[in-house]
Amino acid sequence: MSDKSSSRPSGFDRRAFMAGAAGSVLVPMTARAAAQDANAPLAQDPSLPVEVTLRVNGEDKHLSLDARTTVLDALREHLKLTGSKKGCDHGQCGACTVLIDDRRVVSCLTLAVAAEGQEITTIEGLATDDRLHPMQQAFIDNDAFQCGYCTPGQIMSAVACVKEGHAGNEADIREYMSGNICRCAAYPNIVAAVKQAAPEIMKG
Amino acid sequence: MRPFLYQRASDSNMAVQALGAPAAANNPLTKATAQPLAGGTTLIDLMKLDVMRPATIVDINPLARAWSAIEPGSDGLRLGALAKMSDVAAHAEIQRSYPVIADSLKLAASAQLRNMATLGGNVMQRTRCNYFRDVSYENCNKRNPGSGCAAMDGVNRMHAVLGTSDQCIATYPGDFAQALIALDATVEITGKAGTRTMPFAQLHKAPGDTPEIETTLQPGELISAFSISGRWPRSVYLKARDRQSYEFALSSAAIALDVQDGTIRNARVALGGVATVPWRAREAEALLKGQKFDEALGQRVAEAAFADARGRRHNSFKIALGKRVVARALQQAVTMEI
Repeated sequence: MSDKSSSRPSGFDRRAFMAGAAGSVLVPMTARAAAQDANAPLAQDPSLPVEVTLRVNGEDKHLSLDARTTVLDALREHLKLTGSKKGCDHGQCGACTVLIDDRRVVSCLTLAVAAEGQEITTIEGLATDDRLHPMQQAFIDNDAFQCGYCTPGQIMSAVACVKEGHAGNEADIREYMSGNICRCAAYPNIVAAVKQAAPEIMKG
Repeated sequence: MRPFLYQRASDSNMAVQALGAPAAANNPLTKATAQPLAGGTTLIDLMKLDVMRPATIVDINPLARAWSAIEPGSDGLRLGALAKMSDVAAHAEIQRSYPVIADSLKLAASAQLRNMATLGGNVMQRTRCNYFRDVSYENCNKRNPGSGCAAMDGVNRMHAVLGTSDQCIATYPGDFAQALIALDATVEITGKAGTRTMPFAQLHKAPGDTPEIETTLQPGELISAFSISGRWPRSVYLKARDRQSYEFALSSAAIALDVQDGTIRNARVALGGVATVPWRAREAEALLKGQKFDEALGQRVAEAAFADARGRRHNSFKIALGKRVVARALQQAVTMEI
């Protein structure tokens, strides 16, 4: 597995760059190669790894993955970012919630190879330097967890919930946070945490 | 999950060629060895369960630029098939002129899944029948044609009471499709020969003797858009479920009315959670046309909607529940402020 990190100036379109570079540079990307040859869709070997570049918390990560790898498994098993949790692995519990291009999704039902060129933000990417994100601080302030297993997903979901404008009242918070299950039933405190953090997040 | 070849569609032509390639285009569509990937919320889930076993996945998300527009116009609405459920539900003009659509989407799944799932994929989602989803049960006519149906005499509380056959009683689980069928939507289908349109009501097929055939789509065909004529501001989607949020319907109703001076000029009634396919209750609609609404009429309409319902051991409650959902949804539609 290769794992190189690089930063890039904002506005640089990696997808467009790859499209331009593919004609002149020999890049061993199984998926790309297959996508370019519509007439031979079954000629490739699915057992071969796929070269994938994921942009995670602002850094490009080059990975060689089985095409079956989800974003969640890529994060946890290949990038050692174990904050995102595997609960049900079927999109039902929300423990694996991350932001992709600033929208909350379940990473367990997202193929890593399909997430190329998109910005993935995980719980590890929320804090700035030593300062917790307001939602992280609000979860601590309100004791919004017991075992903590669902917490990274809750927090990622809560950040998006606020930015979507769905944290205006308790009913909305409960409805729009319903995709994150907490087996310890810390729900009242989670609602309180989202309420606390919402104004600060909206303020920017 | 079994290995598969991942392909990214560069354009719609490449997508339909790859999906319709002779080696991949097994019939029925549900068994085709090449499957399109949009939001992935059904496909990846069912691949993890080993229910779906495609050899090739064709990622059609690059087509979103052309296929995800939300276009309300003066004489109707066009929705690109790759529009995300959340974006359509949050669209101000959809909420204003087509509340039945906005609410059917908002009340489905979770915020995360709605951000991922597309409209086209949503109407193509597979049943939540536990015997279909659990491959340790041999007998599922939908998954293993001719093997029998474990749900008939099994735990069938969530199963259908309308549109069933002696081969399959699996419920169509979606919400948005009920809004589409109620509003007489048209579905636009893109294939190798170009684009064709047909009434949305002709997309899904009742199980009959071939529950493995769920739609009239062929391998190599993709839903590219939905369109609806007119505006339907007096419309509601009411969904009854075991939890307040984030759950499939036990019973739901999509209602759209055109009321002038207290008289119902046009009425649409569709049912969800109770039928094997998105269900239009035309006999119920006929009772409403030209009438002034009152509670007694609501009851008669509800009775008519479920006249042909057939319950089984655990799901007969859906008939009583479904009638109440229809009556309440009608009441809401008649009294709503528009």
